[in-house]
Amino acid sequence: MSTAATQQHAVGQQHPIGIYLKVWLLLFVLSTFSYMVDYYHLEGYLRWSLILIFMLLKAGFIMSIFMHLAWERLAMILLILLPPGAILVLIALMASEANYVFLSRITFFN
Amino acid sequence: MANSGEEKAEYVEPGMPGLVSDWSADKQTFDVPWGKLMMWLFLLSDTFVFSIFLTGYMNVRMSTTVAWPNPSEVFALEVAGTHFPLLLIAIMTFVLITSSGTMAMAVNAGYNGNRQLAFKLMLATALLGASFVGMQAFEWTKLIVDEGVRPWANPMGAAQFGSSFFMITGFHGLHVSAGVIYLLVVANKVRRGDYEGKGYDIVEIAGLYWHFVDLVWVFIFAFFYLW
Repeated sequence: MSTAATQQHAVGQQHPIGIYLKVWLLLFVLSTFSYMVDYYHLEGYLRWSLILIFMLLKAGFIMSIFMHLAWERLAMILLILLPPGAILVLIALMASEANYVFLSRITFFN
Repeated sequence: MANSGEEKAEYVEPGMPGLVSDWSADKQTFDVPWGKLMMWLFLLSDTFVFSIFLTGYMNVRMSTTVAWPNPSEVFALEVAGTHFPLLLIAIMTFVLITSSGTMAMAVNAGYNGNRQLAFKLMLATALLGASFVGMQAFEWTKLIVDEGVRPWANPMGAAQFGSSFFMITGFHGLHVSAGVIYLLVVANKVRRGDYEGKGYDIVEIAGLYWHFVDLVWVFIFAFFYLW
């Protein structure tokens, strides 16, 4: 195992430095766009959708390139990406619960 | 993935057929260093912790009948007489992204056997992380001392603003602080040459943690500061 392990270590996750620099630059640009959304006081659905798009793009680049997920095997990718899907259920439940609490407060406390 | 020890020198299929063979073959499913797999599992659990905080924040923000303070104005800064909304937060975001970039290059330098460069880049990453925490301390001080924000009340609107803010950014700041210490420890080991012959996965694993801290900030920035 020790020889196998050394060989494995010697290989690891190696990628050309250029791709890191490009993603780095891209993250700067996307963060600037995010900030612009606030700076220019965009409102409503335009604001929310732009925030979400820039957020998901940034998260995607960080995970796929910086965290090397793009080069991992599918078993590993699914291990990491599938479980957080359960959080979407939690968000849906809590959003509906929050609406109920809000309406109750309006009805009984205001 | 380019992992190929001698017992797995045979061709490994990518994609769906690879997934099936990883799970069904008579071998360990995840063919990566155990430390890396354990770090990913830790980060997965941490994802749930932060998601629950953010979901809790969504819940209190949606259910309050009092107006939510406008984060754009709360976190605005006056620089040379000009009013910049959210300026400090934008700078903090850029600092953290820069630190993620230096970390990615440190991992690269480690695998290329450039020990000195890997050490210096990790040190730079830790310094950027420390300056992030410093700016956060400044932000907290400004909010608590100058603007009277408390976890139970604040003069700008809904009381839940303070509790969400301190809880979420506090927990993230704790992660950054822990990450700075973790990076300094690993950087020192890199400098001493502890990983010569053993391989530099430890640097990649520390990198995973650091990129995760940056990843969480992306979500906090979007949902707490921009929304």
